[in-house]
Amino acid sequence: MKPAPFDYARAESLDEAVRLLAAADGDARPLAGGQSLGPMLNLRIARPTLLVDLSPVAELREVSEDEDGVTIGASVVHSAIEDGEVPDPTAGLMRRAASGIAYRAVRNRGTVGGSLAHADPAGDWAPVMMALGASLGIRGPEGGRSVEADAFIADPLTTVLEPGEIVEAIRVPRLSSGASWGHCKLCVKPGDFAESLAVVVIDPDRDHCRVALAGPTHAPILLEEVAGTVADANGWSDALAGEIKDAAGRGIAAAGFADTGDRYAINVHSTVTVRAAREALSR
Amino acid sequence: MTSTTITVNGRAVTADVEPRLSLADFLREHEGLTGTHTACEHGVCGACTIMLDGRPARSCITLAVAAHGTDVRTVEGWDGDGTMATIRDCFRKAHAVQCGYCTPGMLATAYDIVTRLPGADRDRIRLELSGNLCRCTGYIGIVDAIETAIAEIEGGS
Repeated sequence: MKPAPFDYARAESLDEAVRLLAAADGDARPLAGGQSLGPMLNLRIARPTLLVDLSPVAELREVSEDEDGVTIGASVVHSAIEDGEVPDPTAGLMRRAASGIAYRAVRNRGTVGGSLAHADPAGDWAPVMMALGASLGIRGPEGGRSVEADAFIADPLTTVLEPGEIVEAIRVPRLSSGASWGHCKLCVKPGDFAESLAVVVIDPDRDHCRVALAGPTHAPILLEEVAGTVADANGWSDALAGEIKDAAGRGIAAAGFADTGDRYAINVHSTVTVRAAREALSR
Repeated sequence: MTSTTITVNGRAVTADVEPRLSLADFLREHEGLTGTHTACEHGVCGACTIMLDGRPARSCITLAVAAHGTDVRTVEGWDGDGTMATIRDCFRKAHAVQCGYCTPGMLATAYDIVTRLPGADRDRIRLELSGNLCRCTGYIGIVDAIETAIAEIEGGS
């Protein structure tokens, strides 16, 4: 056995999970698929006193769809999204993102809500949800609330979740028929965490254009100047690529996303941003 | 201690275990099923991959208590499965086994590839194998074996 000892409780409902977490002494953590928490337990990076297992909670696996979008239960696994078992209102962006997360054996257990709540800065879902303008439904001892995806991760491994709060569902808005997207993940080998990950969503009918960027050292950010450049673009050109790359560099510096002296990281991030934008503008 | 009931290779097993016990250690130490190997024990290397409810999963980062109510199949549990018999035969013929440490996980992943992606070409097979590390073979024999298994099963031979 590798983890330090902890207590364990199975929650049968969301209310029970919230109650168990709220009543706990010390560091209680919800357990969903365990594909991020499991390694951290084994490495003893995480040493919770209590794990509250959410896997029996059926309501966290519910998916509902309406005209404006899809609400995905937090415990839906990545492979269900990859395989299209969950309605995809994003014209394939969610399926692409899901298929690039770790390995199939991990995607079969890892959950979309767990990944977001774990908040690894290089995690796959946060930049996708930020670029889409998704929001997270949160349940806690004080009731429910909703947080925009771009306001959810405060710092690496740190979210705005209060103790005892659980991500309940992710609300993904539906893209218009004229929308397009780009997704570029750079990693050393397939399935690794991203060295850099950029997501571009252009939806002119909804007056929506966003560019999100994630990497290993800083919480994911939105690049607003790049989004403005992409929104105004008319087709692809080398000049536009240069403009986007420069704008990305300015956004990265302004956010402190990479050290100003780390020209390699800035070049990688801005190049990945250009590639995502090119894909979005070439569709 | 927490009670967990898991169907292991078709047989329901109930045990009181420490919550921190991994499914891999449960299989090896409680059930004596040492065909499931542990190596990195943080989900990267794939040696511990087993079938959980018919899908490949990492037994090193799945807690035995969290596997309560699931159906687990290990490398010891494939008797009578024609598809796995074909895959095993192809592994043997293609020299896809050298030291054997990665092999149980490779077989689980191979089974997933063959059944879920019957149209997979070599590039796709390699992509799907990216979560299973082998330090001996250089992968060529393993990719050959899976490619051949897909062809044999598709061809009905």
